[in-house]
Amino acid sequence: MVWSFISRTRGRNRFDITDWLTWGYLIFGIVLMFGPVLWVALSSFKTDAALAEYPPTFLPLSAQTVTVPGYDKPLPLYEVTGGEHKGEVLAQIRRIGLNAQMVDPAHPDQKINVNINDRQPKRQFAVQWSNYTQLFKRFNFMRYFWNSVFITVVATIITVIFNSMAAFALAKYKFKGRTVVFLLIIATLMIPPTINLVPIYLVVNELGLVNTPWAVIWPAVATPTGVFLLRQYMLTIPDDLLDAARMDHASEWRVYWRIVLPLAAPAIAVLVIFSVMWRWNEFLWPLIVLTRSEQFTLQLALNAFQGDLQTSWSGLLAMTMLTLIPITIIFALLQKNITAGIAQSGVK
Amino acid sequence: MLKPFNSAVQLGYRTAFGLFEWPMASAQRLVGIRRIAWMFLLPNLIIFGAFTFLPIILNFFYATSGSDAILLSQRPYVGADNFASLLSCTNYLDPNTCRRDVFWRAVYNTGWFVVLQVGFMVLFSLLTALILNRKIPFRGFFRGVFFYPVLLSPVVVALIWKWILQRYGVLNAGLDAVGVTPVDWLTNANWAFFWIIFVSIWAHMGFYTLILLAGLQAIPSDVYEAAEMDGASRWRVFYRITMPLLMPTMVVVLVLSLIRAVQAFDEIFVLTGGGPGSATTLILQYIYETGFASRPQLFGLAAAASILMAVVLLVLTLLQLRATRSQAEG
Amino acid sequence: MAVVELEKLVKDYAGFRAIHGVDLTIEDGEFCVFVGPSGCGKSTLLRMIAGLEEISDGELRIDGQRVNELRAAERGLAMVFQTYALYPHMTVRENLAFGLENIKTPKDEIKQRVDDAARMLQITEHLERRPKQLSGGQRQRVAIGRAVVREPKVFLFDEPLSNLDAELRVVMRGEISQLHRRLGNTMIYVTHDQVEAMTMADKIVVLKKGTIQQVGSPLDLYNRPANHFVAGFIGSPRMNFLEMTVAEVRNDGIVVEDSSRHRFEAAVSPEGVAVGEAVTVGVRPEHLEIGTERGQPVTVETIEQLGGESYLYCTDASGKPITVHKSGQTRIRAGETAQVFLPAEAIHVFRKDGTALERLRIGEEV
Repeated sequence: MVWSFISRTRGRNRFDITDWLTWGYLIFGIVLMFGPVLWVALSSFKTDAALAEYPPTFLPLSAQTVTVPGYDKPLPLYEVTGGEHKGEVLAQIRRIGLNAQMVDPAHPDQKINVNINDRQPKRQFAVQWSNYTQLFKRFNFMRYFWNSVFITVVATIITVIFNSMAAFALAKYKFKGRTVVFLLIIATLMIPPTINLVPIYLVVNELGLVNTPWAVIWPAVATPTGVFLLRQYMLTIPDDLLDAARMDHASEWRVYWRIVLPLAAPAIAVLVIFSVMWRWNEFLWPLIVLTRSEQFTLQLALNAFQGDLQTSWSGLLAMTMLTLIPITIIFALLQKNITAGIAQSGVK
Repeated sequence: MLKPFNSAVQLGYRTAFGLFEWPMASAQRLVGIRRIAWMFLLPNLIIFGAFTFLPIILNFFYATSGSDAILLSQRPYVGADNFASLLSCTNYLDPNTCRRDVFWRAVYNTGWFVVLQVGFMVLFSLLTALILNRKIPFRGFFRGVFFYPVLLSPVVVALIWKWILQRYGVLNAGLDAVGVTPVDWLTNANWAFFWIIFVSIWAHMGFYTLILLAGLQAIPSDVYEAAEMDGASRWRVFYRITMPLLMPTMVVVLVLSLIRAVQAFDEIFVLTGGGPGSATTLILQYIYETGFASRPQLFGLAAAASILMAVVLLVLTLLQLRATRSQAEG
Repeated sequence: MAVVELEKLVKDYAGFRAIHGVDLTIEDGEFCVFVGPSGCGKSTLLRMIAGLEEISDGELRIDGQRVNELRAAERGLAMVFQTYALYPHMTVRENLAFGLENIKTPKDEIKQRVDDAARMLQITEHLERRPKQLSGGQRQRVAIGRAVVREPKVFLFDEPLSNLDAELRVVMRGEISQLHRRLGNTMIYVTHDQVEAMTMADKIVVLKKGTIQQVGSPLDLYNRPANHFVAGFIGSPRMNFLEMTVAEVRNDGIVVEDSSRHRFEAAVSPEGVAVGEAVTVGVRPEHLEIGTERGQPVTVETIEQLGGESYLYCTDASGKPITVHKSGQTRIRAGETAQVFLPAEAIHVFRKDGTALERLRIGEEV
């Protein structure tokens, strides 16, 4: 049944070489695209000891321990692979040279000596949640998260309002200078902000915004992409609707926010998705204007974190996961809208 | 659950915009319906002016002035010195003979990076788009698979691969298992360069695949049916029908990816930091480090370098404009 | 209750004059129809009255008060758009209430007025739906309802029926006329369809290229078209036009002659024409007599027999088409030759500049 579904190709019944290649490529694609993320996800639940292990284990595992009467601490369990006690599962008390002093948990009073090459640690599946919890306790994760959320949400709201107002003016009014303004905005599509890093920094510095979230928000909100996208969409809203609203005593502002804005909702949704993606993932500009760690966004914190030799991979991996989870959830929910929006507008 | 949420959103929407109603209506009475358009443009134009137009002009002032002061009034005019400093080499083919040897290494690195990254990325994007364009089940899902990394932040992308590529990482473990000697991927100059290209293809390929897929789906199916009736072989269909009809989209993809590649920075900076040495330092990282990360901050040099980069981008953008125009006409 | 006066209204677009100084008075309670071919400026004129297009020159008065500078909403008018222009994101009720909300009408009054209008237009059961869920006719009613709730001084209609199918158009035509009788408001109605104009109007304004060709009641326009254009535009099927010369001028009329020297008497004022002058003669298809006894010989090309009436499409000796409308049925067959006669009381005569000679006796009035 499943096979006939998979092999249903172009109305031909034969499953030929190109179909094999296609499916080979697709499966390779899944492994290559999701594999690394999955690997990081699995690793993020490992203990530091397990992370240091080479070769690494696939699942997060940790040494199994047992509490044996007469010993204060839990003892690690080993499986004996050779010698006279082969096959037994024993707890190790201590190591003496090449020998390990062990005990059978069932008979705590009897000590057994085993060659250390004759035993394998007994391990179990164990999820190290503390990698995550310590982010909240020891690092200022919530602070960075909040900074990122604040910048993303506020910048997106302002972007949508400012861009839609400008788009409305450019799409629905005839006035002197309209073409000039429109061309200027389109021209800035070609001038990526990366070229103007130095002077933008001066402006931000002069406005006293350095090391505040506004240093990231303000330079980013007047996106030419957004204005262009919304203008093109608003051109398709019939002028009659606006005239009808004007006859209905609506002021121009009311025409904008009661008629045009709700009707431009599909284009606005695309812009919202873009804006969230841009702001959440932005790196170079925040790196320049946010230098105090309490102002760091998640991306900056992650970067600082990885550059810091003191940090362990366990915390870093957990933080990586927490940073990619919001985008992943949004993607899972809105996959269709996102891909359709991007395919239509050709912007990212 | 959803209803109170909806009405709360609506209430917020109404109050937020209602607040502007009175000022905007007064403005409308004041300036008339014709000029009200400018009121709508104003916020966007102010931001544009302050953070786009003004900086474009200021950039030239920075590029022609010296010292590490940020305020223009404190910066002495040095004419074309910054450009001269960047461009002085005894032998342009050998960065070691240049006054700003790191700049020239970055230029050469960027050149190689652009050619290889764009070349292979467009190739793989096309291949993926062609495969996704076949009648396969779960097409939406597979499209999502290839697109997913596009949404990930560059820092996350870099860290994921850093974890995989480290000396005792899973890749080396895998090689070890099949008997290949492990490599220190990111500290070997050639391998590091390979991996920054690989990772940036991995991260951005989905975007271009999507655009190419849209282009493929815009080709009417009756053309293919006609070709099938004419008994054309699969290869013939591909290079006589698919490729010519996809060409406009290909050009757009090519130019877009070129423009992006010239400005590549984020993933590479986190993955290799430009190292080992300056083996993976690209031009934007040079600008960042010259102007912001190192002391003294050589704003003038950074601005001059970014103007040189802008010239390259301008040429590429003009190419794009021509390409989109011919696409619109074709 | 309102009188709408247009005085030398002019509309200029960049380098192009769309309306050339229109003078017109629309009386209180009148149903006035602007009619003309597309591009004649009728919609522009309506939008100037509405306040949606700026007036370049001249004066617009409503009830004697100059309103050129007033915004659309402040002129006390309501408009029904060709595309209906219903707000797609609002329910029917919200659509009707939007205008009243904008002028801060108390909530209960809004509800009252919306319910009344809905009852009158029989859309009560659709009040909570969105425009998309309605049929064309229902949308049309909602659009009218949105105008009605505003209780305007003047209703403006911009080709409101052009998006409906033929059958529904007839129904809605009746309903709009009924609405006019019931409310008694001044209404201005724009259409390119002369049948709508004839059936609904108290007063028809025929426009061409931004100038008024003629203003009058429907029968006035039918019986006494002021010029060649109005004569051709009003009436269906179109009036036949024949090129002739004046053969004789009498006291009570003139005699015209075609190129093959067939002569016809015409009961029109002889003032201002001389023998030998080239004129255009117009006769409506329904006034032509076809038979074998008298008149000009024609070839019958095709015949449409509708049972109660027949249309005969003929060509004269020079190959020019002549349409004849005959009530009842006909024995003539396609391909046969016949003769058409132009009765004196049915003939319109136009000078070369297009203006009509005044008709002295009019057959259809007796």
